Amino acid sequence: MKRKNIIAIGLIVILALTSLTGCGAGSKEEKKSGSSDKVSITNVSYDPTRELYEEYNKIFAKHWKEEKGQDVEITQSHGGSGKQALEVANGLEADVVTLALEYDVKAVQDAGLIEDGWVDEFDNDSSPYTSTIVFLVRKGNPKNIKDWDDLTKDGVGVITPNPKTSGGARWNYLAAWAYADKLYNGNETKIKDFMKKLYQNVLVLDSGARGATTSFVENGQGDVLIAWENEAYLSVKDYPDDYEIITPSISILAQPSVAVVDSVVDKKGTRDVATEYLNYLYSDEAQRIAGDNYYRPSNEKILKEYKDVFDLDINLVTIKDFGGWDKAQKTHFADGGVFDQIYEE
Amino acid sequence: MEAEKKEQSQLVKWLLIGISVLFLVIMLVLPLFVVVTEALRKGWEFYVSAITDEYTIKALILTIEATVAAVICNTIFGLCAAWALTRFHFRGKKILTTLIDIPVTVSPIIAGLIYILVFGKQSFLYPYLQQAGIKIVFAVPGIILATIFVTFPFVSRELIPVLESIGTDEEEAAALMGAKGLTIFRKITFPHIKWAFLYGIVLCTARAMGEFGAVSVLSGHLRGVTNTLPLHVEILFNEFQYVPAFAVSSILVILAVILLVIRSIVEYRGKKET
Amino acid sequence: MKKTGKRVIPGLNLTMGVTIAMLSIVVLIPLASLAVYSSSLGMKEFFQVITRERVLSSFYVSFITAFVASAVNAVMGLILAWVLVRYDFPGKRLMDGMIELPFALPTAVAGIALTSLTSDQGLVGKFFAQFGIKIAYTRIGITIALVFIGIPFVVRAVQPVLEKLDGSYEEAAMVLGAKPAVIFRKVIFPELMPALFTGTGLAFGRCLGEYGSVVFIAGNKPYYTEITPLIIMSELQEYDYASATSIALVMLFVSFLILFGVNAIQAHNSKRIKGGNS
Repeated sequence: MKRKNIIAIGLIVILALTSLTGCGAGSKEEKKSGSSDKVSITNVSYDPTRELYEEYNKIFAKHWKEEKGQDVEITQSHGGSGKQALEVANGLEADVVTLALEYDVKAVQDAGLIEDGWVDEFDNDSSPYTSTIVFLVRKGNPKNIKDWDDLTKDGVGVITPNPKTSGGARWNYLAAWAYADKLYNGNETKIKDFMKKLYQNVLVLDSGARGATTSFVENGQGDVLIAWENEAYLSVKDYPDDYEIITPSISILAQPSVAVVDSVVDKKGTRDVATEYLNYLYSDEAQRIAGDNYYRPSNEKILKEYKDVFDLDINLVTIKDFGGWDKAQKTHFADGGVFDQIYEE
Repeated sequence: MEAEKKEQSQLVKWLLIGISVLFLVIMLVLPLFVVVTEALRKGWEFYVSAITDEYTIKALILTIEATVAAVICNTIFGLCAAWALTRFHFRGKKILTTLIDIPVTVSPIIAGLIYILVFGKQSFLYPYLQQAGIKIVFAVPGIILATIFVTFPFVSRELIPVLESIGTDEEEAAALMGAKGLTIFRKITFPHIKWAFLYGIVLCTARAMGEFGAVSVLSGHLRGVTNTLPLHVEILFNEFQYVPAFAVSSILVILAVILLVIRSIVEYRGKKET
Repeated sequence: MKKTGKRVIPGLNLTMGVTIAMLSIVVLIPLASLAVYSSSLGMKEFFQVITRERVLSSFYVSFITAFVASAVNAVMGLILAWVLVRYDFPGKRLMDGMIELPFALPTAVAGIALTSLTSDQGLVGKFFAQFGIKIAYTRIGITIALVFIGIPFVVRAVQPVLEKLDGSYEEAAMVLGAKPAVIFRKVIFPELMPALFTGTGLAFGRCLGEYGSVVFIAGNKPYYTEITPLIIMSELQEYDYASATSIALVMLFVSFLILFGVNAIQAHNSKRIKGGNS
């Protein structure tokens, strides 16, 4: 008898709780799929694209209004690229993902949310803008840092995020590897030694690209920050008297990837607007916004307009030189991979 | 001899007070000082515009929503748990007490992770939730759940010692005279635990407002939709908007200070009454 | 403690039902999911995951910093509680009110503020940098953040006990000519011990799992300042759920052990006090 009562009350509480949470969800749902003259999409992106998408969302809203007479509301989400991909894979309802690397979009695909072949859906392997990895040093370059090998010298403090948790940091790591690969003609032991020395000089291994920039800029740590080109330019723009940018002799072409999340847009019925959202990134206007935010536009013609800003002669390797992301991930960043090895004694 | 002793104990007194003050200044006051000075670095107008930003206000509203929901849940739970644990004897009581306390020591990361495992996409529940149109992770309910989790034992922990110390004699007498459960609680028990109860609620509110780790795992960081104030601080910080970040932090600091003042008053009143 | 008398009081069903239902939904079922997910690994793989060198060293870092921080908290918490209970001085109420600040301040804000204070450009860090001591981005920095997080637990555990402490033994000892230090050691301290343990234990548990404030100040260097919660995060980022949940399970087990110990001490203590009364 008594036990029955306990169970009954337990059930009531469960119901109460679920209805409570259910209400919250229900009301949100209503807001989203309201009338057809307003549509809302969610863009899940990575850390350094905030300024870019803030501007882009405005022109896209205007563009969509002109084309279809419909208001579009875009909700942004930013964070470490890997974490963002993980959250989308776990059920964060993103209509489009605009992440730091193909590997992260692939993780969403592996969760069954994006159909195969997304890489070819948009131009340039679905990367509307690219970037590269450069050095940010303190004004006057007191440690005389010119190239990657300077980072391995004694007494140089390096700041870079952790490749295990940050997409940007993987590009950093691979760019350094590409340099050593060329220097030592592919001698793996020597390359590893080089990488080991470099990472021994790392003072702070932040969990994300933005955290690393903060350590370098705000907290005054280290002599050189290995950074996204656009991040470096942003810091120089904010503090022109304190920092300067050094372009190394060799770097990597960082291709941030964009994709429509198929299962979400099909459910919400937002495929048209989501596809157009990514498509319009290739328009001249959007490409110029990318350039203004120090991303390299994928449109060659517009890239030329920014030839005073970017060092266009830089020697860039691509991820294909590493055999694609799957292979690079497995050899370098997985548990027990090369990155773990260089930290072992 | 006597005087010497007194002098010595005076010395000890001020020494200990000195150590305490120094410790508190370095550990608690300086960080607050940093927050406030950084927030006002670009002047008052900038500060006002930072805290009246559209997203800041949305985040504030969400924070208040989540906090209120969590506090209500935990208050109901705290009362029930404290009553059950102090008024009755049963086997497994010790384990039950330990289980209730677990959220205090569980890493916030794990707290977020477990809800992802239960309600997220790889859960077997997910298809049913989808069908019913219920979103939990990366939506407001998830944030509320995480907040409930981290503050789960706060009310009950305050109530249990008080309930234990007042004993059950009065309640038993009332029950024997035929009083109903609710009447007993309202007329006899509640006056005793009033202050501890309020104290627990205030603590719970304070902690709920500031939770970062668990909420961060569950929120999805959707601007203006699932961003609480602490998350908004992180976002601003990551946007290199240091001054606005600290300005928003200062809202949380002000709220915390208000709560602590309430707490002091509650405690002071409580002490005076007993 | 008459067992039969207890049943007179109503409300067992209701309160017990609510307690167990909410506990299950909010805490137990979600936590159990950890065990379910990590069981997708076999026993051998499970041990392989949790004994990886990097994981082990993160356990070590988390443990040692939490331990030092709790030790500091035990001493400082005792002093603070003592000062707040035994002495009168201007600003005491203010001081008392401040103790809970670390509860109320978001951990991320605390982390950011502490980092900017203790980096070698910061107010406090500059001072120590003169002596070649680095605080932020070292284990010392982590410890500082954990001291910040843990201090209210100890103070709030010790304070009420100290307030209730009967002064008569102390007076008796004083009259008998015992020195204050001896009185403290022999009379007061034994009474405070259980509460001190409880508070320190809770602080320790909380410190082990702390994430928000530590990631900002730690520098996160593998083998040196990488804490276990961060490892869990990075496993998650690699989409390695089995490893993440396995490591989380170990942490959960440790926090359960700590709590069980704490509650055992508490129960033992309350029994002893009650035994004295009746």
